Amino acid sequence: MTRLRGKLGDRLLHAYTWLIIAWLSSPIAVMILFGFNDKKSKSNTSWQGFTLRWYQELFGISDLTTALFNSIYIAVASTVVTVVIGTMLGLALGRHRFKGRGVTNFLVFAAISTPELVMGASLLSLFVSANLPRDALTITIAHVLFSLSFVTVTVRARVVTLDPSLEEAARDLGATGWGTFRQVTLPAIMPGVAAGAMLAFALSIDDYVVTSFVNGSTITFPLWIIGSVKTGIPPQVNVMGTLIFGIGVLIAIANAVVARRRT
Amino acid sequence: MRRLTPYLLALPAWMWLAIFLVVPMAAMASVSLQTGNAIDGFAMTFSVSNYTDTLSRYSTQLVRSLVYGGAATVAMLLIGYPVAYWIAFKGGHRKSMYLFLLLLPFFVSFVLRTISWGFLLADDGILFGTLKGWGVLPADFHVLATAFAVIAGLTYNWLPFMILPIYVALERVDPRVVEAAQDLYASRTAAFRRVVLPLSLPGVFAGVLMTFVPATADPVNAQVLGGTSNTMIGNIIQTTYLTNLQYPTASALSFTLMAMLLVGIFAYARALGTENVLEAAAR
Repeated sequence: MTRLRGKLGDRLLHAYTWLIIAWLSSPIAVMILFGFNDKKSKSNTSWQGFTLRWYQELFGISDLTTALFNSIYIAVASTVVTVVIGTMLGLALGRHRFKGRGVTNFLVFAAISTPELVMGASLLSLFVSANLPRDALTITIAHVLFSLSFVTVTVRARVVTLDPSLEEAARDLGATGWGTFRQVTLPAIMPGVAAGAMLAFALSIDDYVVTSFVNGSTITFPLWIIGSVKTGIPPQVNVMGTLIFGIGVLIAIANAVVARRRT
Repeated sequence: MRRLTPYLLALPAWMWLAIFLVVPMAAMASVSLQTGNAIDGFAMTFSVSNYTDTLSRYSTQLVRSLVYGGAATVAMLLIGYPVAYWIAFKGGHRKSMYLFLLLLPFFVSFVLRTISWGFLLADDGILFGTLKGWGVLPADFHVLATAFAVIAGLTYNWLPFMILPIYVALERVDPRVVEAAQDLYASRTAAFRRVVLPLSLPGVFAGVLMTFVPATADPVNAQVLGGTSNTMIGNIIQTTYLTNLQYPTASALSFTLMAMLLVGIFAYARALGTENVLEAAAR
């Protein structure tokens, strides 16, 4: 009897899990669907027939296009900077014992746990006090700040699993310090670095809260969307969201396939 | 030279964290003690009036944020725990597929996700509009611009961050421990309550931390889903900073929010038992 009831409970939980997955995915389905909506009125809220028009007119709204490309440029720039300095810090924390390691770990943790809102507000306080004009540069600075800890933690986790005798062997075989790093250390920690880079890119292109404080008059994709909520979101936003979603999912699946083949 | 390596490696990141995290916090602390206005400029007066003023003026929004954030966190825990449990114990070889499906929403921009969610809940949208057309719901039924919509939005947006840490903790539980409990005549419920649940508490703790702080401070859900009568403290801080340019007031508000969150976390850590927390932190 208990066994039977256990089986039933498992089935209910199984169905429940799928229900939650469906719930989490429903807004995505809506977003994709309404990118194909042949809307006639100003608002894009009711289904009026299928069209590919918005895919053809993807770059028809110039402000939106500018915002999208601002987001992409900022994401690329902040990812490059974050990956370089975050990997260096991850190596230092994962490999070396040094004075100030505890403080550094605390700072990395503090940067992760500060609410975005407070981080944005405090950066604005700094930029206002220093009379620094707010533009794409200040946005990039902010994005590096909130991604840095995530890259550091990801790389550190990978460095800790690395066998130090590999590097020693390379040294014994006459490799220089830089040669050892480039040919032994870097390839070994590459999965961590790549994961960190993807995370940094995703965090940057998605950010609204911190950016809203430090953007000045530069508009990014999330800022543009929030700004047009009251007047109605044009279907092009759905199409861009769909394309970003598609590319992201493809990269994730490719990544998983490659990782599976390696093991 | 070799001794210097870790310092050289850490230097750029240190500088970034010092200049853009530590200094701004100090700058904000100093601004929060200044008085003045945007036109004549602000001057340091070491007055705490900003704090006392904001506390009395915005207490409604402060309390509301804590209540909404807390309610969403409880909802996430209740909704998410069974999912984490089922995937960890019954997911079999498809565990990673289920986790991937749970993470799918993160491939869509947070702002866009929230708007699509609002779109689903719209008064005449595809869901309620259709139901109203069928006469299932009364014509004046609405969800948008209510407390429920905001809490549901917060719950929706951070649910995966609750499920993942609980899943990680449950995944580590050896099924043989549960079998041993049942061999010793524990019922299924007792085995869960006395063996599985305590072992998953570090995951619950991590999940609550990862969701409560961002949900309480979030301005987006209240703005998109809450209408004008559900403003949270995040919205107040944003408008005070960006529209009203009242930097001292906004800084004081930011610190008040941080302090409240810290107090909340410590109270919660005390309630759950320091040992569990230390254990969770050690992992």
